[in-house]
Amino acid sequence: MEFITHTWHWSVAGFLIATIMLLLNYFGKVFGMSSNLRSLCSMTGVGSKVPFFDWDWKSQRWNLAVVLGAMFGGYVAVHFLCDASNVDLNPKTIEQLTAMGIDAPNGKLLPDTLFGNQIFESPKMIIILLVGGLLIGFGSRYAGGCTSGHAIAGMSNLQLPSLKAVIGFFIGGLIMAHIILPLLF
Amino acid sequence: MKYLKYILVGFVFGIVLTKAEAVSWYRIYEMFQFQSFHMYGIIMTAIAVGVIGIQIIKRKQLKDIDGNLLIIQDKEKGNARYWIGGILFGLGWAMVGACPGPIFIMLGAGFMSVGLILLGAVLGTFLYGVVKDKLPH
Repeated sequence: MEFITHTWHWSVAGFLIATIMLLLNYFGKVFGMSSNLRSLCSMTGVGSKVPFFDWDWKSQRWNLAVVLGAMFGGYVAVHFLCDASNVDLNPKTIEQLTAMGIDAPNGKLLPDTLFGNQIFESPKMIIILLVGGLLIGFGSRYAGGCTSGHAIAGMSNLQLPSLKAVIGFFIGGLIMAHIILPLLF
Repeated sequence: MKYLKYILVGFVFGIVLTKAEAVSWYRIYEMFQFQSFHMYGIIMTAIAVGVIGIQIIKRKQLKDIDGNLLIIQDKEKGNARYWIGGILFGLGWAMVGACPGPIFIMLGAGFMSVGLILLGAVLGTFLYGVVKDKLPH
């Protein structure tokens, strides 16, 4: 079972992600997770006021089914298929994190500093998570896709717009990781 | 049960992203510090396999599950939306170490705090819908 509970090799994961994208193509669909955020907005009925949400989101229910499955998958993987060898970071990364006051993984996927339940008592952490989410939601819809839609599906189809978006993702990510995060922690 | 196959695809997607730790805030941080090849390896392998797969689909004119010619639409042309939208997305991605797929996956895994990211992401999407026509695309 070790080959399952240990961290999966990047080549295995990359291959499977591409297979999932191609399988969705075979089903006549397009791989892209952020469109579900638009569907969630439309489900509230806000389309009567904001035209962008007045669309045929019901035709996208298949994608919500993918999300539902992904949530199950996350549950099963975290609760039954993980062990303490996971998230074996570069020791230099751990040193940097310690200096920022962020706990080392020790097998955990997410740091308690940002994601433990105590953060609900910290206005700063609540704001960080909300603002991060806001940027993700606004940015992915503005760019017309996220990591799945542009970095994987768009790049696989050799789309120039997707290359622009992905370069943008990395410009933003590098600014955050190197300049803004150190100011926040 | 026409949704069953999508739930299954999603299930595998959730397991793969979790087991490869692409859902991990730590891995995203490490990637942006250029201290590991892991995330780059995942993305580059996926693109390489994806390029080959899509070329095969196009050259062999493969049909989809319903027997229709499989057509993958091109993305709309543009500049501002991809650069600005991309940078905003990247800022959020590195800040909370999650993109839309992992947000749902980690929420499913039981991390309640990730619900705040989802709430923010839905609000961000809503905000885009409101101001969309005033933005350069």
